Amino acid sequence: MNQGHFIVREREYEEFLGILRKLMVDAFAKVVFLVDKNGTLLASSGDAAGFDTTSLASLAAGNIAATGGLANLIGEKEFSILFHEGERDNMHISVVGERLILVVIFDRRSSVGLVRLRVRKATERLSLVLAEAIAASNDPTGGIEEMTEADIESLFK
Amino acid sequence: MSFINYSSREINCKIVYYGPGLCGKTTNLQFIYKRMNPEARGKMISLATETERTLFFDFLPLSLGEIRGFKTRFHLYTVPGQVFYDASRRLILRGVDGVVFCADSQLTRVDANEESMENLRVNLREQGYDPDKIPMVIQYNKRDLPGVASLAELHALLNRRNVPEFESSAATGIGVFETLKAVIKLVLIDLKKGAR
Repeated sequence: MNQGHFIVREREYEEFLGILRKLMVDAFAKVVFLVDKNGTLLASSGDAAGFDTTSLASLAAGNIAATGGLANLIGEKEFSILFHEGERDNMHISVVGERLILVVIFDRRSSVGLVRLRVRKATERLSLVLAEAIAASNDPTGGIEEMTEADIESLFK
Repeated sequence: MSFINYSSREINCKIVYYGPGLCGKTTNLQFIYKRMNPEARGKMISLATETERTLFFDFLPLSLGEIRGFKTRFHLYTVPGQVFYDASRRLILRGVDGVVFCADSQLTRVDANEESMENLRVNLREQGYDPDKIPMVIQYNKRDLPGVASLAELHALLNRRNVPEFESSAATGIGVFETLKAVIKLVLIDLKKGAR
């Protein structure tokens, strides 16, 4: 059973953020997002304020899931990179360590070749941090386990 | 699988509304969207056909408040109910933390409900879940219509696990929030168990 949680602590979060910041600068991107494959936003860098990040995360995950389904139909494990070209902005979506999705939005100041190159580097580093986060998820600490039914009930008051 | 971010102090959980075509899954989400405080809900996304049948999923993010300093966020999804969209249903179940099975109470839909429940169990197993353990509630929808099966019949057919069950009329909102509240509670109790 898919039990347990995926936990990101302060340390891994800061590391993720550092990698995203560097990727954004190196790839001349407008904004960079890191999303959980289940559709939750983990971190972003750049001017994310102009985006509906919750919807973006959910749809990027849906996009990867749907193309993964297509890949299986032709005997591939998954399509690990998706590229959407727009009139003004483009979107590069890639899978990180089978668990996360990296979304890079860029315009004509950059190019798909450069983004792909920088994403590859960043993915290596993100995968290492992800491995730490997964290891830490097996040893959760910090409040959730102390949650009571009264706490849960208080959400509905 | 819930996602807990200790840095931003957030708990994120995924709830999926499952059930046969036209049972009212999307209507549930639409009612929740209409009635929730705008500060507590995000934008609702519907990936639907031109005739408003769900093609891939509907999505509604909710933010319900804090527990022990953690913001709680729930992502509600519906699956496409029509039989031939099974591949999409499987994808949407990935990473699910809790399921609302929405049944259509009309007598003519009894078989469709059973088929959909069986399909849910198969797809959960395929995603690595135990269908007898995942947090689940059942909603018997369309109770306001004529020609509906009795609760006892529906219970016998669909609720062998004896999970919490609710009567509803999603179009008017009856039972919608009771169902949502029940599944959220089960998900959080499960989350707490998993954290031990």
